[in-house]
Amino acid sequence: MASSTLIIKDLHVAVEGKEILKGVNLEVKTGEFHAIMGPNGTGKSTLSAAIMGHPKYEVTKGTVTLDGQDVLEMEVDERARAGLFLAMQYPSEISGVTNADFLRTAINSRRGEGNEIPLMPFIKKLDQTMQLLEMDVNMGQRYVNEGFSGGEKKRNEILQLMMLEPKIAILDEIDSGLDIDALKVVAKGINSMRNENFGCIIITHYQRLLNYITPDYVHVMMQGRIVKSGGPELALRLEAEGYDWIKKELGIEDETEDEEVGQEA
Amino acid sequence: MTIDVQNPFDQKYVESFSAGRSEPEWLKTFRLNAYERISQLELPKPDKTKIDKWNFTRFTEHVSEKAPAGGIEQLPEKVKSLIDLENAKNLYVQYDQQPIYASLSKELADQGVIFTDILTAVKEHGDLVKKYFMTEAVKADDHRLTAFHAALFNGGAFLYIPKNVQVEEPVQAVYIHDENAPLINHVLVVADDNSSVTYVENYISLREASDGIVNIVSEVIANTNAKIVYGAVETLAKGVTAYVNRRGVAGKDASIQWALGLMNDGNTVSENVTLLVGDGSYGDTKTVVVGRGEQTQNFTTKVIHFGKASEGFILQHGVVKDKSSVVFNGIGKIEHGASKSNAQQESRVLMLSEKARGDANPILLIDEDDVLAGHAASVGRVDPIQLYYLMSRGIPKAEAERLIIHGFLAPVVNQLPIEGVKKQLIEVIERKVK
Repeated sequence: MASSTLIIKDLHVAVEGKEILKGVNLEVKTGEFHAIMGPNGTGKSTLSAAIMGHPKYEVTKGTVTLDGQDVLEMEVDERARAGLFLAMQYPSEISGVTNADFLRTAINSRRGEGNEIPLMPFIKKLDQTMQLLEMDVNMGQRYVNEGFSGGEKKRNEILQLMMLEPKIAILDEIDSGLDIDALKVVAKGINSMRNENFGCIIITHYQRLLNYITPDYVHVMMQGRIVKSGGPELALRLEAEGYDWIKKELGIEDETEDEEVGQEA
Repeated sequence: MTIDVQNPFDQKYVESFSAGRSEPEWLKTFRLNAYERISQLELPKPDKTKIDKWNFTRFTEHVSEKAPAGGIEQLPEKVKSLIDLENAKNLYVQYDQQPIYASLSKELADQGVIFTDILTAVKEHGDLVKKYFMTEAVKADDHRLTAFHAALFNGGAFLYIPKNVQVEEPVQAVYIHDENAPLINHVLVVADDNSSVTYVENYISLREASDGIVNIVSEVIANTNAKIVYGAVETLAKGVTAYVNRRGVAGKDASIQWALGLMNDGNTVSENVTLLVGDGSYGDTKTVVVGRGEQTQNFTTKVIHFGKASEGFILQHGVVKDKSSVVFNGIGKIEHGASKSNAQQESRVLMLSEKARGDANPILLIDEDDVLAGHAASVGRVDPIQLYYLMSRGIPKAEAERLIIHGFLAPVVNQLPIEGVKKQLIEVIERKVK
């Protein structure tokens, strides 16, 4: 498979008229794992929602392309079929629709009419993936996210990621609310995806997740921009010293609290 | 003098109709008494829907003369798909007003189970029918349409399960509506002490559109410790005005569970009432509806608690599209003395278009202190965030909406006890919401 590249250029995004992203630049290729870190309310989740096409997020300036195709011109489902995936921080509950039906419909939407996945291979893959993620076998027959615990929802996002095999995935705080055992399982799932046909943006507050998933690049986001980029060592320094030294280095006043945005699912 | 039933269908007509069918004297008298009441009684008043201009009672032909060619093998595919011909041991099929097929397994017949058309039942099991026919559940003088029904009913079935008999396989009835003569159908299901049965019925129109009248009364009697599961799928055509009244009476420790897929394309008023008469009785109603085109539909589900520690549950989910309207009235009533009872209800309407109208009215009427009661109701549109989530997995918008709608209706659809009927309901929903 040819490699893919997601290019984000000078991206500005507003929510309900308020500008949150103020010119984000980022390039992610398949085969690469990028971590985006930063204090709360600096626009990390906004970036992921804008790339996927959340109805409340308005791109006011800039471009997002996947292999030269204009992502921002696409409908949400087209973005997904083009190869993007977002593991959401607050996944929706869909009553009355089983996880298995949902996954099969999603897979078949990608494969197209006449090329649907046969039932047996689907079940086999689902069983294997759920086993790897140490999920209860009944999760396939439960309604999508309904009554799931926080940890179950996160695993379910990774289950979808692994079943759908996108080119580029964004994981929005996939570690939040997970205990250490669940975190290891989720990391195991993500690491199993690592190959030259898969690239990933991992959004997180904490270095903790990066103990289990080693990123190739680490970016720090503040005030709606990526203000610093480096290798895995940057994450370690952030863990040890916090964000103040960056603020000092860049002359940023601490105003992140004012930038706080309600994070929509 | 009556204004509603046209001249040819006067008192004399009722008398000769009854005589022509060799009905017993008590039934003829019953019909004539009811006939008298038609013009004196008012129409029912379903909350939030005005029905005084609807035609429930005017028609030109009372019984269709047309007989279907051949047996059930000759029926159109859409009817045959409802029936598992090879395995249907307990099946009744009625074409307009005429019985065209009836079977009951020898095993059940030997145990005293009766399953036959209503006319045969009044002749061969007169005492049994007389005991329950419009005496406990629905009364002829409830209102104009029940009186009309009692006077002029022209089809239906009778199912009787004797004491201590457990019927394992579902019993099925299919009522086909074709010609313009009104289908005034009476279904009487009686489960005697400690018995159990699952009954499933289909009402289906052969025509795409017709000017018909359908008036259905179902009476469902569960005596002490009996258990009845009652499933129904209605797919009456556009233009058919339907009045549907399904009423159950549950004795001590008895249970009545309804699973109703009400998919008519014409104007419909439907009442489903469960009377929890005995202590420890249980009633559960699950209703699913879809409104489309310009049809108006009103669904009232009511559970009345008389017995102590009786439990009643109402769940109604409806999808409304185009310019149609759907009203859900849910009524939980706990009478004085019905202590330790539990009345719960949930009504939800999902609107798919700007001009669709949905309404959900939960009502709790409680005349006893030591009880539990609760209600939930909502009327809304498809949640854009849910759509976003599904689409973010690559599912096109139309398909995502389809999933949400099916999911919304699933709690009821999944309850239907016969696989073929469930499959058919899913297909009907698919067609109606497209």
